[in-house]
Amino acid sequence: MDLLSRKATCNSHGQDSSYFLGWEEYEKNPYDVVKNPHGIIQMGLAENQLCFDILESWLIQNPDAASFKRDGQSIFRELALFQDYHGLSYFKNALADFMSENRQNRVSFDSNNLVLTAGATSANETLMFCLANPGDAFLLPTPYYPGFDRDLKWRTGVEIVPIQCSSSNGFRITELALEEAYEQAKKLNLNVKGILITNPSNPLGTTTTQTELNILFEFISKNKNIHLVSDEIYSGTAFSSSEFISVMEILKNNHLENTDVFNRVHIVYSLSKDLGLPGFRVGAIYSNDKDVISAATKMSSFGLVSSQTQYLLSSLLSDKKFTKKYLRENQSRLKNRQRMLVTGLEAIGIGCLKSNAGLFCWVDMRHLLSSKTFEAEMELWKKIVYEVKLNISPGSSCHCEEPGWFRVCFANMSEETLKLALKRLKNFVDNGILTRSCQVGQSLKSSRKKTTMTTVSNWVFRLSFHDRDAEER
Amino acid sequence: MSLDKNLLSKLAVGDKHGEDSPYFDGWKAYDNNPFHPEHNPQGVIQMGLAENQLCSDLIKDWIKANPHASICTAEGIDGFSDIAVFQDYHGLKQFRQAIAAFMERARGGRVRFEEERVVMSGGATGANETLMFCLADRGDAFLVPTPYYAAFDRDLSWRTGVRIIPVECNSSNNFQVTKQALESAYLNAQETGIKIKGLILANPSNPLGTSLGRETLQTLMDFINDKQIHLVCDEIYAATVFAEPGFISVAEMIQEMDHVNRDLIHIVYSLSKDMGLPGFRVGVVYSYNDAVVTCARRMSSFGLVSSQTQSFLAAMLSDQSFVDNFLKEVSKRVAKRHLIFTEGLKEMGVSCLRSNAGLFVLMDLRQMLRDQTFESEMALWRIIIDKVKINISPGSSFHCSEPGWFRVCFANMDEDTLQTALQRMKSFVLRHRENKKKRKSFQENLKLSFSSKMYDEHVRSPRLLSPHSPLVRT
Repeated sequence: MDLLSRKATCNSHGQDSSYFLGWEEYEKNPYDVVKNPHGIIQMGLAENQLCFDILESWLIQNPDAASFKRDGQSIFRELALFQDYHGLSYFKNALADFMSENRQNRVSFDSNNLVLTAGATSANETLMFCLANPGDAFLLPTPYYPGFDRDLKWRTGVEIVPIQCSSSNGFRITELALEEAYEQAKKLNLNVKGILITNPSNPLGTTTTQTELNILFEFISKNKNIHLVSDEIYSGTAFSSSEFISVMEILKNNHLENTDVFNRVHIVYSLSKDLGLPGFRVGAIYSNDKDVISAATKMSSFGLVSSQTQYLLSSLLSDKKFTKKYLRENQSRLKNRQRMLVTGLEAIGIGCLKSNAGLFCWVDMRHLLSSKTFEAEMELWKKIVYEVKLNISPGSSCHCEEPGWFRVCFANMSEETLKLALKRLKNFVDNGILTRSCQVGQSLKSSRKKTTMTTVSNWVFRLSFHDRDAEER
Repeated sequence: MSLDKNLLSKLAVGDKHGEDSPYFDGWKAYDNNPFHPEHNPQGVIQMGLAENQLCSDLIKDWIKANPHASICTAEGIDGFSDIAVFQDYHGLKQFRQAIAAFMERARGGRVRFEEERVVMSGGATGANETLMFCLADRGDAFLVPTPYYAAFDRDLSWRTGVRIIPVECNSSNNFQVTKQALESAYLNAQETGIKIKGLILANPSNPLGTSLGRETLQTLMDFINDKQIHLVCDEIYAATVFAEPGFISVAEMIQEMDHVNRDLIHIVYSLSKDMGLPGFRVGVVYSYNDAVVTCARRMSSFGLVSSQTQSFLAAMLSDQSFVDNFLKEVSKRVAKRHLIFTEGLKEMGVSCLRSNAGLFVLMDLRQMLRDQTFESEMALWRIIIDKVKINISPGSSFHCSEPGWFRVCFANMDEDTLQTALQRMKSFVLRHRENKKKRKSFQENLKLSFSSKMYDEHVRSPRLLSPHSPLVRT
């Protein structure tokens, strides 16, 4: 007899994917500068650890917030008992304001349209439960966050149909790709309930362009039964606020407030990336549709935000001096860190997709593949995890249509660790070239010649890449 | 402007969340007019909320004495960044250890819990739903003895599509679940092609306030083992047991009943009732089935406990002397409240189901019903809310098979408010008795003043009493 449910025995939680396997390898042999300097450096985890000092100093200066006190009076009991799924109003107000600030107040958010959830993980799943029936589909541009397979599909029974994006145009969403995805869903007899984008994108690290947003909005204006969900969890990681365009802005700028489109656009948010607080499980759904808010609010019972945490963060986010400073510093530090990774990779002859946001780069290692296949990508990935000792995320785990792309995170470690990671990668690439050059018949044993050889190898290497490319075409 | 309903899911537009039930109506009445001893002494007293407000002073004192427990104080700040990024769904090891230890102490140290089996969830609400997702497919069913916690309809069924098959229990044996009732419910389901995946119940029971005796537990375990179906025990009220037979957990029974397949046994726990911390959303799934632990743990991503809270509780619950004193006090204070309330009701001739646990009693108001129907129960309930201004929960909202039972909570207020509530009940009960006497004597006088022929003609005819007479309305 089947003792467990199908959900328990299947693997649509997606946790057998390489994305998670890399984590497992890291767990077995984690890098530590003192205790395990040869361990695996975690570059597969999109965490923001760059601004803890700012948070910590605020906490020290504001002891009441953490000790269940307001104006010196204990409100412990009030917080301990507070389980209203509408959430602490002063927290929601502060969160709504913070979201506006993240968009340079070009739009404002109404806290009555916010539903608090246990992280964006829960927000995304809840939205699926509210907008789609089992067997319905959502269209997602590839590559996308691997966790979506679990969050959107697993317990909801919703299907994902990919909108295929390619490197030929920087992985931008095109009208053609969108139409093709829609047709594909129809072929599979799936009822499309919506489109879900991540803006800024994970894993690309790019903000969605005005052109792309126009395409999406035109599509949902035409197809009146389709929702648009914009996961804006990385909104605060855009290096320049002016380059990030939220779907809320499109609604406002295009005067869509009195149209049905207004009710079909929803935002997911969280403090896990912008504030670097994934442990606190603070997510939110924002919608202009009162029925969605009503249903989502009820469902939030299954994953409310701890009142202790709501209270602490309401104080933090209400401090406008803090939020202004934090947002500014965060952007600047992320930008610098990204620069460090990009230039470091460039020096090794590795390019990245030009990015302007996120906690990672979308790195082009196609030239390091032994063949233009996903098997070769896996081969390369295993080498990087086991030999180079870097855990990075292979593009296939993000459902990328082309092999050879990898997501590499840069904000979850110190500068020294990042430098070390780049050094290891450089050694690997150099040795890889040396090996290839050996095969071409050149002797490269002398270390004195190493620098010269590296320059030569780079030249040799580039040549051979192009040759290979031409052959395959 | 609102969307065409077809644009949302069936879940979103349906009412299977159960929040249109009268259980929540009373809450709404309270929200609109909440009692406050100074600001609103005529307001509605909330006795429909099973909260434990009796021991928060103990926790507050501990917090004051242990500033290091918070990652946000000067004493604890060093741990801040590590905790803030910690989102591993295994949960903090110290937290799991502390929870396992707390659960053991709450069972008098008679059982051992392994911290690797402690899985987090968004409160017991999340735990119960998660277990359904793990154990049953859409359309499968779970047996649930009545009366049961009103929100089970939402937690077990709403998003999971799992059906609830009620197993009727009656006041004739104090609502104890019997083998016969279980077998009968199981057979009926089978005959209609419904696949029963398990049995779920709360022990101690909500709304009964009783804990299961050894014999009943044996019956239940033999039953599920015989059918090879799951047993989920929601032990959320474990520490509120204050009298015989004491709390016997299914964890204890497993130790004695070797022949029972452990893969079928699962416990749900939470700190919301025993510790009075519902706001912190600390739910636990504890399963003896490895595959369920793995699956539930993956699903816990949808409702992890805030690491700030995990860290705080890890510190507090590792303090064994605090825990032992706390558990002793919970039991003592609940017992005291229970006594005050039941004695107060007894004085006015109102009895309750005999209970030894929980934060409430099941009050027997069958005598006050106009007739033994649920319509009368609803009518009486409306009066209690609107006129007596007490929010209590009608038995029908717990799927009780007999009308006239009401769950009344006593641990979510101070003693003075409880006394006020008793006063109001007393006035109401006495008034009701008076009115009943008057009605009875009026009817009897009516009998005497008419000749037998006219009595036959008139009294039996409903036209005798004007439909608008206040004596007709209950």
